[in-house]
Amino acid sequence: MPHDDHDHPHALLPPEPALRVKALETILTRKGLVDPAALDELIDAYQNKIGPQNGARVVAKAWSDEQFKKDLLEDATSVVTDLGFYGRQGEHMVVVENTPEQHNMVVCTLCSCYPWPLLGIPPGWYKSDAYRARAVREPRKVLAEFGVTLPPETAVRVWDSTAEIRYLVLPMRPEGSEGLSEDDLVALVTRDSMIGTGLPKVPT
Amino acid sequence: MTRVHDMGGRFGDGPVRPEAEDAPVFAEKWQGRALAVTLAAGSLGQWNLDVTRHARERLSPKDSVRFSYYERWISALADLLVEKGVLSTQDYSDGGTAEPHPLSSRALKAESVAAVLAKGGPTERPLTVPARFEAGQRVRTVRPTANRLVDGGHTRLPSYASGAVGRIVRLHGAHVFPDSNAHGLGEAPEPLYAVAFAASELWAQPEHPNDEVVLDLWQSYLEPI
Repeated sequence: MPHDDHDHPHALLPPEPALRVKALETILTRKGLVDPAALDELIDAYQNKIGPQNGARVVAKAWSDEQFKKDLLEDATSVVTDLGFYGRQGEHMVVVENTPEQHNMVVCTLCSCYPWPLLGIPPGWYKSDAYRARAVREPRKVLAEFGVTLPPETAVRVWDSTAEIRYLVLPMRPEGSEGLSEDDLVALVTRDSMIGTGLPKVPT
Repeated sequence: MTRVHDMGGRFGDGPVRPEAEDAPVFAEKWQGRALAVTLAAGSLGQWNLDVTRHARERLSPKDSVRFSYYERWISALADLLVEKGVLSTQDYSDGGTAEPHPLSSRALKAESVAAVLAKGGPTERPLTVPARFEAGQRVRTVRPTANRLVDGGHTRLPSYASGAVGRIVRLHGAHVFPDSNAHGLGEAPEPLYAVAFAASELWAQPEHPNDEVVLDLWQSYLEPI
């Protein structure tokens, strides 16, 4: 068995999670292995710079430009790289298109794989045991918990991200969005619509 | 042959509780810190992504169940730092000495963060092992699901899809094989496929006859029919 002992070193650190993190950070910092300023920078990157606004830009472009959409569905990695959205946890991108016949939804049952450069850090529910356990077995019931009901003629395809391929859902362009600019379309794209647990907003 | 993390299809977890789209990225401050410490420690170069995943999976079932998501991360990191000899259990007991560490020159600097995140860590490699399968072909996944190289080792075939018949959707090229890479046995890249399974092949009570689940599976996980 690979190191399957039950005498885990983490038990030596304080049990309360915030204190456990703090203790580890302090030890690593003291030895020069971690720079607290780098931690601040990492947190800032995912709190303020890298998030679903990136994915929304890609979707709005695909809604606005047929050739872009065709290229995106064929080779998403190179298309999003050209937009500056390449990076950690998004090295191999595939975009899957929703149609009246097929609705796509993404999960990672084994951990929490998610396209960070396009959507940022996954929300809590995406990492929850309930979502990971149920999305593959009863996607329609899970969708109902997000307020989404699909017609029976729409098949559901759930993508379980078991490797380093990261999936982004291209939702259907909402009715009433004809004539909107790309910037206006961005505002209609929700994070959940790009995971497949939600639908884009309808213009008011 | 399974561990707690392999939870696809499991019953009893209750409803999913969606958060608002504009909820904070980190519900509590320490969670952001846990993520950042984990990423920064990873850049010391003492392990790879597959080793990290396996470290989280090897938390005892009791700990896995009672820990929240980022508690799993930080606890697995604490274990890994000792296992790889970066820190000692003594450091955890007494807070560690302030002597410079031999790896300190590798510490991630604030000014390098953006570049490191943008660089990523691609897992695609040249296709040196011939692809046995093509799009449209029917295949069966191996059963039981288990690492064939290391007993109790890391693997990425979920147990709910073990022994099931599916259809190749596409070839993603060759990718680093986690079952090998998690255990210091080399990258051993293999063809990786998206494989579609009818819901009725996986579940006793499928919700809809046309629904499918697609998994990314390495060639070693698949057998021809």
